[in-house]
This record gives sequence, C-alpha cells and structure tokens, in this order.
Amino acid sequence: MLKDITVGQYYRVDSVIHRMDPRTKIIGTFLFIIELFLVKNLIGFVIAGIMLAVVIHLAKIPFRYIVRGQKSIAFLLLFTMVLNIFMSSGDPLIKIGFLKITKQGLYTAVFMGLRLILLVVGASMMTLTTTPLNLTDGLEKLLRPLKKIHVPVHDIAMMMSIALRFIPILMDETDKIMKAQMARGADFESGNIMQRAKSLIPVLVPLFLSAFRRADELATAMEARCYRGDEGRTKMKDLTYDKRDYIAQAALLASLGIMIGTRYLPGISQMIAAVGKLPG
Amino acid sequence: MPIEVKDVSYIYDQGTPDESAALHHVNLTFRENEFVAIIGHTGSGKSTLIQHLNGLVKPTSGHILYNGKDIFPQEGKRRTRKEREEHAKRIRAIREKVGLVFQYPEHQLFEMTIARDIAFGPSNLGLSKEEVDQRVNESMKMVGLDPSYRDKSPFELSGGQKRRVAIAGVLAMRPDFLILDEPTAGLDPHGRDEILGQLQVLKSKGNMSIILVSHSMDDVARFAERVIAMDGGEVKFDGTPSEVFKHGEELRRMGLDVPKVTTLAEQLKSRGFDIKETVLDIDQMEKVLVNELKGQREGAC
Repeated sequence: MLKDITVGQYYRVDSVIHRMDPRTKIIGTFLFIIELFLVKNLIGFVIAGIMLAVVIHLAKIPFRYIVRGQKSIAFLLLFTMVLNIFMSSGDPLIKIGFLKITKQGLYTAVFMGLRLILLVVGASMMTLTTTPLNLTDGLEKLLRPLKKIHVPVHDIAMMMSIALRFIPILMDETDKIMKAQMARGADFESGNIMQRAKSLIPVLVPLFLSAFRRADELATAMEARCYRGDEGRTKMKDLTYDKRDYIAQAALLASLGIMIGTRYLPGISQMIAAVGKLPG
Repeated sequence: MPIEVKDVSYIYDQGTPDESAALHHVNLTFRENEFVAIIGHTGSGKSTLIQHLNGLVKPTSGHILYNGKDIFPQEGKRRTRKEREEHAKRIRAIREKVGLVFQYPEHQLFEMTIARDIAFGPSNLGLSKEEVDQRVNESMKMVGLDPSYRDKSPFELSGGQKRRVAIAGVLAMRPDFLILDEPTAGLDPHGRDEILGQLQVLKSKGNMSIILVSHSMDDVARFAERVIAMDGGEVKFDGTPSEVFKHGEELRRMGLDVPKVTTLAEQLKSRGFDIKETVLDIDQMEKVLVNELKGQREGAC
C-alpha cells in the first residue's frame, strides 16, 4: 500500500537525465513550473506535455510507474476539478437545482487538472532521476551566494538530505509496524474516519519513538566522525557542468520563449469560433 | 488444523527496477503441535514466507490453506462493502489462529502500560473486558512476567523483557500457531535460553505449534523437532535436525552452518573416528566419544 507512492522516490537506471548535473535539473524543474503557470491555452499544455514526455523518454522511466505514483494526488485532482466546475461563474451550460456547470468553469477545471498533473509529474521527474544526495548537493551549490547574507546554506542542505534519506527508512518502518499490529488484529481499512484515525495510534507511537531513536543515533554517529558543519569541508565529487547540461539549459530557455509565445496564440475556442464564422 | 503452503511464489516490487523474487514455488505443510525451525541466510525468503502464513502478504501465485481453506479465495476485486467486510473478518480469524511475533518488539509496543499493550490483540477480537483481562493475566504468566509488571510502561523494560511483552501480546489471542522471527536476536545467553525454554513449555503444555526463525544452529538443534532450510527463496532441506544437519557441506555453501558439536564430530570423523550418526548436542557427543574410546582401547589390547 505504501509502496505505491512514487513522489520523492529515486528510480535507479542509467540515462542522460540521470547523469545530468542536479543544478540543471533543479533549474529546469523551476522553469517548467513557471512555464505551467504562464500557459493560458490548450496548445501551451500540449507543448508542455510533449516536453515532459520527451524528458520521461530520455530518463528511461516506464510510463506505468509514473502513472501509478499519481494515485496519491487523484483525490486532490478530483476535488479541485469538481470545485472549479461548479463554482465558477459564467455562461451556464447545464443547471441541476442550485448547481450549474458553466463553460468557463469547465475550462478552468480542465486547465487546472492538466496543470496539476503536469506539475506533479514534472516535479517527480526531478526526484526520480536524482539521488537525494545529488539533489541537496546541487541545491547547496545553487544557494551558495546566499551565504554572503548569513543564510546557513550548508545546514539547510544537510537537513534536507537527512530528511530525504529518512523517507524510505521511515516508510519501511511504517510498513513493518503496520504488519506487526495487523498480526494482532488491527484493522486500518474499515470503519469511519474517526475509527480509522484512532486505529493509527498503534502505528504512530512506535514510529515516532523510532524516529527519535534514529535521530539520536545519527547525531552520535556524526559527532563520532567529527562533523562540525560547513567549515573546511570539501567534496569528494565536485559538481561541474558538462556538455549535456549546456544543451539542456539552452533547450530550457528556448522552451520558456515558446511558452511565452503561446500566450499570444489564439485559444482553441476562439479558433473554433473563427472557423465557425467562415462563410461556408 | 494444518497450514498448507501450495506452490507459493512471491515477487517483491513487481514492475520496478528493484523487482526480485523472494519465493519460488514453495510447498510446505505445518502441522499441529510441532516445534519447527526455519533457517536460512539473510534474503533467503524466510521472513517473506512467515508473513504469508497469516495473510500479511498475498502470494503472487499459489495458495495458502488454513484448515483446508484458502485464505485468499478467488481473489477478484473486492468491490462491494459486504465483500470487503467478509474478507476482513476472515483474515482476522486467520490472524487470531496464526500468531506472528516480529523481530523487534519496538515495532509493536505502544501503550502506556504493559497490561494495556497485551490487551490490544484480544480487544481487537471483540471480547468482553473480563475475558480480555483474564487473557492478559494468563499470557503474562505464560511468558514468565510477574503480575507486578502490569502497570509499568513497556518502554522502561530491558530488551528481553520487551520481547516477552511482545510475545505475550500475541499469545493473548490464543493462537494455534505461534510464529516468531528471531526472538532471541540481541539477547544475552541467559535471556535466550529462558525464552526458548518457555517456548518449549508452551508447545508441550498448550498444544500449540511453534515456528521459529533462527540464525543460531545450536538453538535450532536443541529445541526444534523439524528444521526447514531455505536458500534463494526455495526450500532446500526439510526434516528432523539430524537429517538436515547431516548435510554440513551444502548448508555451509548456503551461508549457513551446523551446530558446533556437529562440526566437532565431523572433524573427528575426518581424523579417523568412527562416528555414524549426526551428533547434535553435548550429551550425545559424550556417549559417542565414550563408546568410541572404549572400542579403541579394547582394540589396542
């Protein structure tokens, strides 16, 4: 059950995208998110979708695996879409009692849905192709200028990498604890919301205890190896940009330009309207 | 009421690059009132196997039968609420009869007091308060916990005592099968002997089957009546300790070993001692050696 969540997980294969500098991937993800919010019409979404498909293909990650990971956001997706369909004002298409579906509502709902899916898939592409260690290394290097204004960049990066490293450990632990309690007849799958929330106590107590114990042990282990933060710390593998990074960055910049361009293209609805008006 | 494992295979993380087969067409029967030990190297599939026995893991193919009935009958999608509830009920009945104690007691202790923690299992069975209370007392006695521990916090205990509480928590469900995943890992020799001795008592008194996953060949030889050796997700040997530990070479190739006395006997044999049986404990070794040495002296005269 917990295994189905692929957001934030690393998918271990060798590909161009995997080998790319993490900084390129972080910048790329941010650009992609900005682009998604710039997009105003269907053509833009189609282009964004194609770009993402190309990246997924290059990264050699099976499409099925990505789809399976989206189950967790299905509810959020449905919720926002339904809310948008019924709550937008505009020209009503259908009226059922006090509920009405409007044309504008339908549009916003579809766009919202597309945006959300592309957003989550795009962001998970970053974590699927980058090890947590690389990711925080990249982040640390990107944020380094902020050290001038006394932002503890190294500490933030270290905290992030520990947090990311602990996700699979704690998931595994949760799985074991749930099994141990299920063996004693615990039931996490039936009952109403209150009963289900209550049934999680036997899982959460051991999980928190174990998280604290692990944190304590990790701190001791780090001190035993003389960890003292940023001062004088060198890297075994320093990040450097490769040819593929420059190509990717150029492609990303181009995509930003294209996305801004699509804003000035007429939307599909206008096009259909225009075609309809043609003397026929 | 036996548990039958019929042609069970299990594949972890199917459809991901980490996909790996944990079990290959395993066939086994666990009978009533047996003391079985499962041995195997890390990753040999023994933990996966025991999680199948009470329905925590569903086989990728094959069937688990309890008392002749499949515990996952014709697995279609359980669509209706009624079907789901029936399934939950059936699985819970299996888990009542097939108790599983995991390796780390820290994974299951959560209550404020020991008594309440042990009561978790029987309360889930929907028993009355008096019945639950009686079972808590009974199972504390079975694992040798003094009644004065009732209101202590389980987190203040030592490793060995935590394990007792964990075992009591499963015993309180009155299972027919008690499965334990390395119950003695990390315990001192004294604590280890106590727990294993208690398991033996439980088996003989309570008419209960004990299935023990262990890494200690010495413990296995001393306590188990039947040994199952697993390697690479397959059952390699299944028989009495003396049958299984006869195959010293193969066991070592599987990353396992034989009891220390058995190794000694093997070495003596290779130096010309005439030892025919598989020696499993010190007492047997003594008899064999006395006979052998007597024979040598008579031969010399």
